[in-house]
Amino acid sequence: MSQITLSHVSKRYGALTSVDDVSLEIRQGEFAAFLGPSGCGKTTTLRMIAGLTLASEGTIRFGSRDVTHLPPFLRNAGLVFQGYALFPHMSVAQNVAFGLEMRKVERAQAQARVMQALALVKLDHLADRLPRQLSGGQQQRVALARAIVYEPEVLLLDEPLSALDAKLRNEVRNDLRRLQSTLGLTTIFVTHDQDEALSVADRIVVMSAGKVEQIGTPREIYQRPATRFVAEFIGSTNLFPGRIEAGGRFVTAGGESFAMPREGRRDGASTFAVRPEQIRLTKGATGEGDGFGVPATVSGIVYRGALTEIVVQTASGAPLVAHLQNDGRDGEVRLEPGDVVVASWPAGAAMLF
Amino acid sequence: MRPAFLSPQRSFKPAMTAGCAAAFAMVLAPLVAIIWVSFFDNKIISFPPKGYTLAWYAAAWDMPRFRDGFVTSLELGAVATLVSLLVGVPASLVLARGRFRGREVVQSLLMAPLIVPGIVAGAAFYMLLIEFEVLTGIQIATTFTGLAIAHSLIALPWTIRLVTASLLGVDSQLAEAALTMGARPLTVFRRVTWPVIRPGVVAGALFSFVISFVDLEKSLFLVGPGTTTLPIVIVNYLEWSVDPTIAAVATVQILLIAAGLVVTNRYFRLTRAF
Ligand SMILES: Nc1ncnc2c1ncn2[C@@H]1O[C@H](COP(=O)(O)OP(=O)(O)O)[C@@H](O)[C@H]1O
Ligand SMILES: [Mg+2]
Repeated sequence: MSQITLSHVSKRYGALTSVDDVSLEIRQGEFAAFLGPSGCGKTTTLRMIAGLTLASEGTIRFGSRDVTHLPPFLRNAGLVFQGYALFPHMSVAQNVAFGLEMRKVERAQAQARVMQALALVKLDHLADRLPRQLSGGQQQRVALARAIVYEPEVLLLDEPLSALDAKLRNEVRNDLRRLQSTLGLTTIFVTHDQDEALSVADRIVVMSAGKVEQIGTPREIYQRPATRFVAEFIGSTNLFPGRIEAGGRFVTAGGESFAMPREGRRDGASTFAVRPEQIRLTKGATGEGDGFGVPATVSGIVYRGALTEIVVQTASGAPLVAHLQNDGRDGEVRLEPGDVVVASWPAGAAMLF
Repeated sequence: MRPAFLSPQRSFKPAMTAGCAAAFAMVLAPLVAIIWVSFFDNKIISFPPKGYTLAWYAAAWDMPRFRDGFVTSLELGAVATLVSLLVGVPASLVLARGRFRGREVVQSLLMAPLIVPGIVAGAAFYMLLIEFEVLTGIQIATTFTGLAIAHSLIALPWTIRLVTASLLGVDSQLAEAALTMGARPLTVFRRVTWPVIRPGVVAGALFSFVISFVDLEKSLFLVGPGTTTLPIVIVNYLEWSVDPTIAAVATVQILLIAAGLVVTNRYFRLTRAF
């Protein structure tokens, strides 16, 4: 297992820049997720790491080894494709043995390692089956066993769960995480699903239009999004376009005036953002709470089980969504459409972009 | 049990069976008739036969033109098959996998021989070869080379069609998966790509051979002394005499092709290639 380093890596297809000056470092043994909407360049980046696509610019290193110009068969990466790509004419065991065979591992030893890898994914009893005799989840696990059996320097997974149904997805995700930490595999997991990335990764690389938007732990990404894109893409966020006035307050397009958060970007900021779960609604109050709030009128209430989603409208008509936990601690939510409230939030919860 | 009106297959079944039987009869009747006639002990074909004999087979074999035609057709079939595989297999791999400008155009051009009427293509090719001869003084028309080129062109679309079909529905990332696991390109072909396309290649080879072996129209202008194919020998013979010799020749041809199909089918199910 190695640390994977990308320095100023770009990929151009004619006029289209699919991956644009990406620099990042995946630490040894780390589980990293590439997260971004479809078409943002996640697969292309992964393929460049595997060597299936050559970078137009930049350097890729496995540990201290520069692999930028190496063909895939000299890189020693393990790749699980979106569609699994199992060899249809080989049994499960033969599929898993393929990488060892290419490395000229002696037969008896190879066989033992194949069975060990299959046991890790709980498929040792199906070693003699053909891929088409397996379910989707089982095929997925064969693909995983096949990619890790030869101890690659990095394990690359391209949306490995997208073809599975929701229940299976959680199960495989947890298995994957357990396996990854047991074996200490340096892993890059590509997904467009924020829940998947948040729950499984040590660190998330958020991508958009070929560029890295932010790299950080799930907590950092969610609580301190670096850009408006990240704030919108991960979780839901209330956004107010506007500008910073001379008095040091943020004035929205509709004319509301908010106190400035203590940290976060300020110069030239054009968006004020606050997450729905940070908002408190106080019935019958006036003013703006402790300086971070705005008077509003309740316009809609949606019960969603663990939480209640309340839509309020500010004086200028801008909608604001608040999430209230239905845990009884806030007191049962007793709001009705038409109620006048003050929507407020902790000083540290407001974000500026 | 579901009510009968919910299972339409059931009510169709007798009609389906009858339809299939009729179709089979239509396909098989001429073949059966030819094979039957080839054993008639009559000089002029007439029913019922006076008796049965194997003499026509001996007679056909004794006529050099049939023997030469047979050998020429075998050789042509072999060359056409070889060339269509050498060109068609790589072309199919690129066509099925590659993303490049003009892919559709190349594909259509390679399939074109299928849609141009044989006699037109044959005439056009003949004229091309004559022009070539006028310009360069090199004679290709009415030589084996000319026939071989024409027959390779006849066979090529079949190979491409069948090999391309065998690649459809197969994960296009198989080769890439093998590469990342450490296989070099040649190993990838030998261990992964080849086993996957093999049924298509075998079917393509078989069809190339058969299509070349039975071709009449495209060869009509191109044959010359010493390079006449069996179907043309048969047509020429029929102009002068209609006796069971021709039926014997046809029977041999039918059995040869049928044997080819049966043997091929033993190694893999031909239906998989379609
Ligand atoms: N071989 C290629 N030729 C041309 N454009 C490509 C190629 N591969 C990917 N692209 C383009 O690059 C962009 C990024 O694609 P991709 O990396 O597959 O995105 P993601 O995996 O994040 O959905 C897309 O706009 C896609 O159309
Ligand atoms: Mg992708």
